[in-house]
Amino acid sequence: MTWSATARGAHQPDNTAFTQQRLPAWQPLLSASITLPLFFCAGLAFIGLGLGLYYSSNAIKELEYDYTGNPGTGNCSRCGVADQDRAPPPTCLCAWYFSLPELFQGPVYLYYELTNFYQNNRRYGVSRDDAQLSGLPSALRHPVNECAPYQRSATGLPIAPCGAIANSLFNDSFSLWHQRQPGGPYVEVPLDRTGIAWWTDYHIKFHNPPLVNGSLALAFQGTARPPNWPRPVYQLSTDPNNTGFINQDFVVWMRTAALPTFRKLYARIRQGNYSAGLPRGAYRVNITYNYPVRAFGGHKRIIFSSISWMGGKNPFLGIVYLVVGSLCILTGFVMLVVYIRYQDQNDEDEDQE
Amino acid sequence: MFRRSFNSFCAGEEKRVGTRTVFVGNRPDSAAEVYIAQRFCDNRIVSSKYTLWNFLPKNLFEQFRRIANFYFLIIFLVQVTVDTPTSPVTSGLPLFFVITVTAIKQGYEDWLRHRADNEVNKRTVYIIENAQRVRKESEKIKVGDIVEVRADEAFPCDLILLSSCSSDGTCYVTTASLDGESNCKTHYAVRDTVGLWTAESIETLRAAIECEQPQPDLYKFVGRISIYNNSNEAVARSLGPENLLLKGATLKNTKKIYGVAVYTGMETKMALNYQGKCQKRSAVEKSINLFLIVYLFILLTKAAVCTTLKYVWQSTPYNDEPWYNQKTQKERDTLKVLKMFTDFLSFMVLFNFIIPVSMYVTVEMQKFLGSFFIAWDKDFYDEEINEGALVNTSDLNEELGQVDYVFTDKTGTLTENSMEFIECCIDGHKYKGVTQDTDGLSQTDGPLAYFDKADKNREELFLRALCLCHTVEIKTNDAVDGATESAELIYLSSSPDEIALVKGATKYGFTFLGTRNGHMKVKNPRKEIEEYELLHTLNFDSVRRRMSVIVKTQAGDVLLFCKGADSAIFPRVQNHEIEPTKAHVERNAMDGYRTLCVAFKEIAPDDYERIDRQLMEAKMALQDREEKMEKIFDDIETNMNLIGATAVEDKLQDEAAETIEALHAAGLKVWVLTGDKMETAKSTCYACRLFQTSTELLELTTKTIEESERKEDRLHELLIEYRKKLVHEFPKSTRSLKKAWTDHQEYGLIIDGSTLSLILNSSQDSNSNNYKSIFLQICMKCTAVLCCRMAPLQKAQIVRMVKNLKGSPITLSIGDGANDVSMILESHVGIGIKGKEGRQAARNSDYSVPKFKHLKKLLLAHGHLYYVRIAHLVQYFFYKNLCFILPQFLYQFFCGFSQQPLYDAAYLTMYNICFTSLPILAYSLLEQHINIDTLTSDPRLYMKISGNAMLQLGPFLYWTLLAAFEGAVFFFGTYFLFQTSSLEENAKLALDTHFWTWINHFVIWGSLAFYVFFSFFWGGIIWPFLKQQRMYFVFAQMLSSVSIWLAIVLLIFISLFPEILLIVLKNVRRRSAKRNLSCKKASDSLSARPSVRPLLLRTFSDESNIL
Repeated sequence: MTWSATARGAHQPDNTAFTQQRLPAWQPLLSASITLPLFFCAGLAFIGLGLGLYYSSNAIKELEYDYTGNPGTGNCSRCGVADQDRAPPPTCLCAWYFSLPELFQGPVYLYYELTNFYQNNRRYGVSRDDAQLSGLPSALRHPVNECAPYQRSATGLPIAPCGAIANSLFNDSFSLWHQRQPGGPYVEVPLDRTGIAWWTDYHIKFHNPPLVNGSLALAFQGTARPPNWPRPVYQLSTDPNNTGFINQDFVVWMRTAALPTFRKLYARIRQGNYSAGLPRGAYRVNITYNYPVRAFGGHKRIIFSSISWMGGKNPFLGIVYLVVGSLCILTGFVMLVVYIRYQDQNDEDEDQE
Repeated sequence: MFRRSFNSFCAGEEKRVGTRTVFVGNRPDSAAEVYIAQRFCDNRIVSSKYTLWNFLPKNLFEQFRRIANFYFLIIFLVQVTVDTPTSPVTSGLPLFFVITVTAIKQGYEDWLRHRADNEVNKRTVYIIENAQRVRKESEKIKVGDIVEVRADEAFPCDLILLSSCSSDGTCYVTTASLDGESNCKTHYAVRDTVGLWTAESIETLRAAIECEQPQPDLYKFVGRISIYNNSNEAVARSLGPENLLLKGATLKNTKKIYGVAVYTGMETKMALNYQGKCQKRSAVEKSINLFLIVYLFILLTKAAVCTTLKYVWQSTPYNDEPWYNQKTQKERDTLKVLKMFTDFLSFMVLFNFIIPVSMYVTVEMQKFLGSFFIAWDKDFYDEEINEGALVNTSDLNEELGQVDYVFTDKTGTLTENSMEFIECCIDGHKYKGVTQDTDGLSQTDGPLAYFDKADKNREELFLRALCLCHTVEIKTNDAVDGATESAELIYLSSSPDEIALVKGATKYGFTFLGTRNGHMKVKNPRKEIEEYELLHTLNFDSVRRRMSVIVKTQAGDVLLFCKGADSAIFPRVQNHEIEPTKAHVERNAMDGYRTLCVAFKEIAPDDYERIDRQLMEAKMALQDREEKMEKIFDDIETNMNLIGATAVEDKLQDEAAETIEALHAAGLKVWVLTGDKMETAKSTCYACRLFQTSTELLELTTKTIEESERKEDRLHELLIEYRKKLVHEFPKSTRSLKKAWTDHQEYGLIIDGSTLSLILNSSQDSNSNNYKSIFLQICMKCTAVLCCRMAPLQKAQIVRMVKNLKGSPITLSIGDGANDVSMILESHVGIGIKGKEGRQAARNSDYSVPKFKHLKKLLLAHGHLYYVRIAHLVQYFFYKNLCFILPQFLYQFFCGFSQQPLYDAAYLTMYNICFTSLPILAYSLLEQHINIDTLTSDPRLYMKISGNAMLQLGPFLYWTLLAAFEGAVFFFGTYFLFQTSSLEENAKLALDTHFWTWINHFVIWGSLAFYVFFSFFWGGIIWPFLKQQRMYFVFAQMLSSVSIWLAIVLLIFISLFPEILLIVLKNVRRRSAKRNLSCKKASDSLSARPSVRPLLLRTFSDESNIL
C-alpha cells in the first residue's frame, strides 16, 4: 500500500489541535487521594443500597410447595406414583393445604416452577413456528421444518401449533380455596388468569388465524392438535379473547426460559376481597395433576409470592451489594495503610537527603 | 507495484542475458545478417493488478490467502452445510463486510492505478514515419521507432538520443521524477547522427543498435550503434548511459530531440525499478498471529470439552431425549461418530467469535489513519525544503516504538552535507582558508594567507587541479557569458564536495567558468582566461574512491589530474612525497574534516594516444565494460605526483548530538556506518556524543591489525581479548543490560570495511563462523559502534547480520544518499532524509523526514504512542472477544450442551462490527497515555516498551485472565437475570482511556447509545422477513425493571474492581519510583556530560582511551 501526503507535504502542515495531537484532554488520575474517598463513598453507597435491597427482598413473602409427588411427600404422591414415563398421563387430582397466620401482603402472584426442564435446549428452543403463531394462514398449513417431529400428525395433517414447545404445554391447573373460619366452608379465591403474558406478546406477536365464518374452529380446520394435547388449540378456553394462539397460558409457556429451573406466572390474585392480599386463614389449592416431570428427574412447585419496587424476591442482589460495599471499604483501608506507609518512606527518604 | 507475472512473460529472465538488436526506424538493413524479428513488448505501462473481468476472482483469492479470512470462510461454510446453532449470517455478514471493505479499497486503488496508466499510455507522442510526423498514442510506440520529444515533455520510453536541435547534439534532462535530482544533466548524441535533425534527414539514417537486455540499474547502459553509410560500410560507436534518455525524465532547455526507442513499456528502466520492493511486516503482526494460535487452541479446547461433556450428559436417557423433546427419526438414525463430529463443528461455530473477525480491518484502519499524524506533525516540517515528513508505508508505525538498533549514515545524516572549504596543504605547507570577514588585509595584497610558502608553480598547479578535476556544471544563466564577471556563478554537481573545492579555488583566485564544446575555461588571478580541452573524465566511483580528468593545455601538454581519498592516492604516488602531506591529512581528519588528496601527472603524447585508444575500446565494449574500464583507469592512474590535500568541513546537523544522546538514553544502540575515513568518522562521533570522553574504544581496524604479520591471528587475538574484557564487565544478565549501561563503563567499537570483510568472509577457515560470533558478542555489549570505510553493500550486510541476531532485534536505518538505499531496504524500518544527495533514499524508505533530529520525536513520541496504541488495540480485541464468548461457553453447562446461543444472532453479528470496534479505534488513534512532551523529554520511557513488552506472554495472560474474570462475573451475575449486555465492555474501555478527548466521548457514548438504540429497534419491530422474533421487546421489558439496572451497575463495578485496584496500586508504586528517579536524575545532572565543543580540539591523546 503506497500512499503519501505529497500534496499536503508541499506546504506546512495545518496547525490544529487535532493534527498536532494536542486536543484538550482530561485524564482521570486515579491517585490515592482521589480514589480513597471514592472507594469509601462507593462502599458506603453500596452497603446502603445493599441493605435496602436486602430488607425489601426479605419483606417479600414467598410460599412454595413441591407437589412433584415423590413417595411420602404429601397427598400428591398418589399422582406422582401414577406418573409414568409416557405422556400424556391420566388426569389425577390432589390438593395442598396451608394456612396463613397473618395477612399475605398483596399483590400476590401465583407461579409454577419446573426444575431440570431444558426449555433452553436448542433442539427444543427452535421447535416452533413464529409465523404460524402470528396467525399467518399459509404458515398454519405449512409449518416450518424445525417443528419436526411435531410438524405433521401421523395422518399428515399440519399440527397447529406445531413444535416441541407447544406440544409440551404445561397443563396442570390450580384453584385456590379459602376457609375464613376454622371448620367453615372453603370459598374459591378468584384467580386472574389474564394479563399474565407480556403485553407485546399478547397483542403483537401472537394472533389467531383469520376467522372463517366467524368461527375459530373452522379457521383451524384441516390441522391436527399437538399429540400431547387433549383438546385442539381453539378449545383452550371459552373466552374468545383467551383462546387459540392468544391463550395467555400458552403465550407465557411459549416464551422459553433461559435456565433449566424456571418459574412461570400462573395467575394474579387481585380481585374482590383479595386485592390487598391473602387474609389470614386456612387455604387449599386444588391441583389437577397432569404434567409428568419425574420421567426426566424434574420437580414442580407452586409458589405464592408478593412483589416490591425491585421486582420479585431476590436476596442475592442485596447480598452482593453488601459484599462489594464492604470489600470496597476494606480495600480502601488497605490502600490507606499502604499509602501512608509509602508516604512515610518517602518522607524518610527526603529526610535522609 | 508492477506485476511480476506480466514482466515474466514480457521479458523473461533468459532474454535478459543476451543483447538485443534494434533497427532504427525499423528498417532492417538488407546487407545485415538474416533479420530475425525480435519480439519486444509494446509501450504499455501496466501497474494495475486487476482488470474488470478478473477483479472478483483474483481479489477474492488474494484476500482468502490471509489466514484469518480463510478461517472465517471455513466457519461460514461449516455453518452453511452443518446444522449449527447460529445462522450462517452471523459469521457471513462480518466476513462479507470485511471482504467488501477491503475489496472496495483495493479496487479503488487499482482504479487509480488504471487511471494513471491510461494517462501515461494514451498520451500523444510524435513518431517519424516515412519522413512524416505521425501522431500516435504513447502505448503504440514500438522498439525501433524514431520519437520526437519537445521541451518540457517527458520521454515516453527509453530512447537513444540521435540528434537534437543544438548543433553539438546535446540535450539537457532532469531526472527529478526518477531519482529526485533536479539538476540538469547533459546527454549526448553519437557524433555521426548529430546532423540529422529534421524529419527528412533522419529518415535517411540506416543504423542498428545493439544493446544489452533491459537492466534495472538507472545509471548503467551498454550498447553500440552501427551506422551504415551509402556504401553499406558500418561505423560502430559506443553507447553509454550518457546517450540514453530514460522514460520518466523530462527534456529541458532543448527545443526538440529525436531518439530511437530501445526499451519500451514494462522493459523501461523506470518500470523495472519499481518492482520488487518487498513488503515489510511488523513484529506486532507476528505477535497477533501467535495470539491467534493461542486463541484457536482455546477455541478447540472449548469445543472438545463441550462435545465430550455433551455426550457424558446425554448418557442419561431422559437427558438425551425427554418426552417433551423428542428427536426425529432421522436424528436417531444418524451415526454417533458423525453426530459427534458435527457437534464439535457446531461448538466451534458457536465459539468462533473468540477469534476477532474485524481485528485485521481495524488494525489496518488504525495504521492507515494513524500515519496521517506523522505526516501532519508540524515539528517535522522544515522551512528550508518546505516539506514535512512523508509516510511511504503505514504498516510500520508501531515498529518505530520497538527499535533496538539504529544504523545511521554519517554524511548528510549526522552532518549537514553542506561543505565548506577550510584549508589545504600544498607540498606539506599549510594554507589556511581566508574568508573575507576575518582577514580583510590579505585580500588586497594576495589571494593566499600562508604560513610558509610552497613553490609558486606548485601552488598554481594545485589550484588548477582543483578547478579542472571535477564534474561540476554551471547553471545556465542568461547573463553568464564572459563579460559579466560580477555575476554569481552557480555551480551544480552531484557531490557537494566538488562544489566546495571549486568555490575554495575561487577564493584563491582561480575561477572555473564552465565547459563549452569540451573546453574548460578557468580564470586565473591575473584575470586571464585559460582554456583546457577536456579529453577524458575518469569518473568517480566508490570502489576506486578517486576521479581523474585528462586535459590538454593550450600549450599542447596533456595533463592528468586526480583527486581522491588518501588511501586511494597514496599508493599511486612517489613515496617520498607522502610524508609531509600525510601528517596534514591525518590531523585534518582528526578535526572531523573530509580530506581529499590531489595528484597530477604529465602524459607524453604517444602515451596519451595509447591511453586514448584503450579508453575508446573499453567504452565500445559491450560485455564487461565496467571491468575493462576499471582496469584501464587503474593503469592510467599510476606514478602520479602528489601536489597536496584539501580539507573540507561538513557541519553537524542541528541537534544531532542531542538526538543521539536521547536515543542512547532510550536504550537504543546507535551504529554509525559511513564510507568516510576512520579519523573523520571518529571525530564526528565524538562531536555528536556517540562516544563520550569516558567511552573506552575498542578498535578493529587495519591500523591495529596490520602491525602483526598474520592478520587473522592478530584479529583473532584482538577479538578474544575484547570479548574477555566485555564479558568480564557485564555478567550474564542480558535483561538488565540496558539499565547496566548507565552504571558501567561504556564501550565503543570501531571497525573498518576491510576488517569487517576479513571477519565475515575470512578464508575457508572453520574459524570464520567463530570470528563472526565473537564479533557479534562484542558488538552487542558495546553502546556504540562505528563502522567506517563501508561500501554500500557492506552496510546492508551489517544490518542483515544484526537483524539475524538472537532475539531478532528490530533495526532502523537512516540515511540520505543512494549509498544508503541498500541498508534502508534491508532493515526493518528504513528512514530516508530528504537530503542534498538526491531523493533516492527518501524514495526507498518507509518514512522520510527532513532532518536527523526529527528521528527523536519520530521514535520517542510517535513510535512509542503507536506501539502502545496498537498493543492495546490487539490485546483489547482478544480481551473483548474472550469476554464476550466466555459466558457463551459457561452457558452450555446450563442448557444441556445443546449449542444454544446465549446471544441473539443480531448481537453476535453486530458485536464486533458496530458495538465495540469504533471506541477502540478512536482510542487507538488518540490515546496518549503519556504526554508527547514528556515522552520526548524523557527517553527512558522508551525502554519500557522495548522488546515488544506489551505483547509478551505476561500482559497477554493478564488481559486474558481479566477477560476470563469479567466474562465469569458477567455470566454468573446474570445467571439470575437472563439478559445480554455489551455495556460492560465499553465501560471498561472508558476506564482504560486515559486520554479523554471529546472524540472519545463521542464515540464511546455514541456506540453505547447505538447499542441501546439498536436493541430497542431490533426488539421493537416485527421483522417480516425473519422467522424468529425471540428478542421481541425483551430489551424494553428488561430495562423497565429496577433490579436489572441495579444489577448492571453492580456487575460493571465488580468486573472493573480489580482493574481499578491495579491501576491505583500501580500509581502508588509509580509515585515512589518517580521519587527515586528524580533523585537519580539530580545526581546525574551533577556529573553533567561534557559539551560538544571540546571535541574539535581533540588530539591524538585520544589514543589513551584506546585499548
